[in-house]
Amino acid sequence: MSVDTREPATAPAGPPQAPPPKRPAGNRRTWRKAFSRDWQLYSLALVPLLFFLVFRYLPMVGNVIAFRRFVPGGSLFGESWVGLRYVNMFLDDPTFWQVFGNTLALGTLTLLFCFPLPIVLALLLNEVRTRYFKRFVQTVSYLPHFLSIVIVAGMLLQLVSVEGTVNQVVKAFGGSPIAFAQEPDWFRTIYVSSEVWQTVGWGTILYLAALTTIDNQLYEAARIDGAGRWKQTWHITLPGIRPTMITLLILNIGTFMAVGFEKVLLIYNPLTYPTADVISTYLYRVGMVSNNFSYAAAIGLFESVIGLTLILSANAISRRTVGTSLW
Amino acid sequence: MTTDPTRLAEKMAAPTAPKRTALDDSRGYRAFRKVNAVVLLVVVAVTLYPFVNVVAQSFSDEQHILAGRVNLLPRGFNLETYKVVMSDSAFWNSYANTVLYTVTATAISLVLTTTYAYVLSKHHLKGRGLLIGISVFTMFFNGGLIPNYVLISELGMKNTLWAIVLPNAISVFNLLVMKAFFESLPKELEEAAAIDGLNTYGILLRVVLPLSKAVVATMILFYAVANWNSWFSAFLYFDRSDLFPVTVYLRNMISGASTATSVGGAQSDLTQINSNIKAVTMVLTVLPIIAVYPFIQKYFVSGVMLGAVKQ
Repeated sequence: MSVDTREPATAPAGPPQAPPPKRPAGNRRTWRKAFSRDWQLYSLALVPLLFFLVFRYLPMVGNVIAFRRFVPGGSLFGESWVGLRYVNMFLDDPTFWQVFGNTLALGTLTLLFCFPLPIVLALLLNEVRTRYFKRFVQTVSYLPHFLSIVIVAGMLLQLVSVEGTVNQVVKAFGGSPIAFAQEPDWFRTIYVSSEVWQTVGWGTILYLAALTTIDNQLYEAARIDGAGRWKQTWHITLPGIRPTMITLLILNIGTFMAVGFEKVLLIYNPLTYPTADVISTYLYRVGMVSNNFSYAAAIGLFESVIGLTLILSANAISRRTVGTSLW
Repeated sequence: MTTDPTRLAEKMAAPTAPKRTALDDSRGYRAFRKVNAVVLLVVVAVTLYPFVNVVAQSFSDEQHILAGRVNLLPRGFNLETYKVVMSDSAFWNSYANTVLYTVTATAISLVLTTTYAYVLSKHHLKGRGLLIGISVFTMFFNGGLIPNYVLISELGMKNTLWAIVLPNAISVFNLLVMKAFFESLPKELEEAAAIDGLNTYGILLRVVLPLSKAVVATMILFYAVANWNSWFSAFLYFDRSDLFPVTVYLRNMISGASTATSVGGAQSDLTQINSNIKAVTMVLTVLPIIAVYPFIQKYFVSGVMLGAVKQ
């Protein structure tokens, strides 16, 4: 992965390390020289590197247990090779295909609502002229982001319980109470709306920041040309925040497969499994509840690989078509 | 782009909408602004309602909650439930655990993130790209639940503090925020310090860190809130209820698990935890966050912007 492109936009040509003309041919910086010069810096990197190695890369390697028979208490990397046994197992598993479909459905719905709504809210906020009102709305809308997912799940279950507020509204309109938390048909609605509640305000931050960078002269010029509010929004504001939109879209696509594992785990129950069970919760049950580590690891690996593929392709497509990319 | 988080926050709070002339005040636009204000007020109301509702429930009588009569205001006002929850030693024990985990994890995370971000901010360092790549790659690909669980078990960290403190010690996002901040510091200061005989450690401790109070504070906030709110590692790696943080205690209560039956004393035969007890526990768990929220919010916002701008 090229890293130079992650530099600040002000230095698009890459890091200013020793441009070629300054570097005499015989004085090329070798690793040995670098170490003797910067050993103190490298020493500072040791413990963090150890962290990445042990807690990030070792588990990646540990995924080999997806292709090996793992015995609890035995080797970290399993006992003997079994080939694609566990992969075939989930490909033949009807539950797997059900949770795969649920993951796609929840991921798509989340993307459909949680990506555009912050843009809309940011545009609406941007039209507010009263500074205090604007700040008040922002402060309130960020608040859910600071809550533990456990609290969110708790509030959610109270709200949709048979005697909860939602059912009072239903009753007020003459309907009969629904046990939302037990109904598979309602799970997606509950999940996505709570996701919106939690993320929409926080999601506006970057758009509001991007909006401040749009040149006012563009709006003035547009007004002189006779553009109304809608045309100004369409032709200046939206193109102005396009790079931010694309960056966030790529990131959203990257988390597509990892749909709110913790939240689903907290709010689903066996009655709602038909729509609520996603790949990660299924693998949690297979692995942690049924202790079938190798099988669960195979499912997890599949999930991660799809996630990585999605973000890489989204990034590549975006770079080719609109010229914005994460790296 | 300004890089000082506090200034960024001010800049964000400043009116951003372009100046409008009288020409712009068409009747349609004025109508739009009124509709807009109403829409935003509805957003505010919807966002706040769950909080108000849970607070109202926490002060209410169980019967009124079960009858669905508690919405914005408490019914059958009482403080009994607070007394019941607050006299429960398991609750306070889990609360103390949360404090301990949050403080330890934040301290460790801060040290690791600061040192690594400082190294990564040195453009001349050979292998810097590789070091950055190693960390950034983990944002997009990870080992997954099972290999992580196996690793923690094999390291013998189950039922120890380390299981929740170490595996998430460095957040790559925070790392990038801090790296961006360090890169924005004037190089001349460090060069002058080097000429005066300070080594790298001395420069970091005595020159860079004193200049970085804003970003260090932001990092403390990011990590502390994340740790305060986290529950899954503890849920996964702890079997003993005396180790649970308050989030896991609450989770067990919400899912009606038997671990919470000690609450309510004589009513321990109840399989379902009373709604008002749940509400009180939620309020008490979220209270520290809500209490500091108004003060920390702008730092969070500027931290997020800093991270995003430089990414």
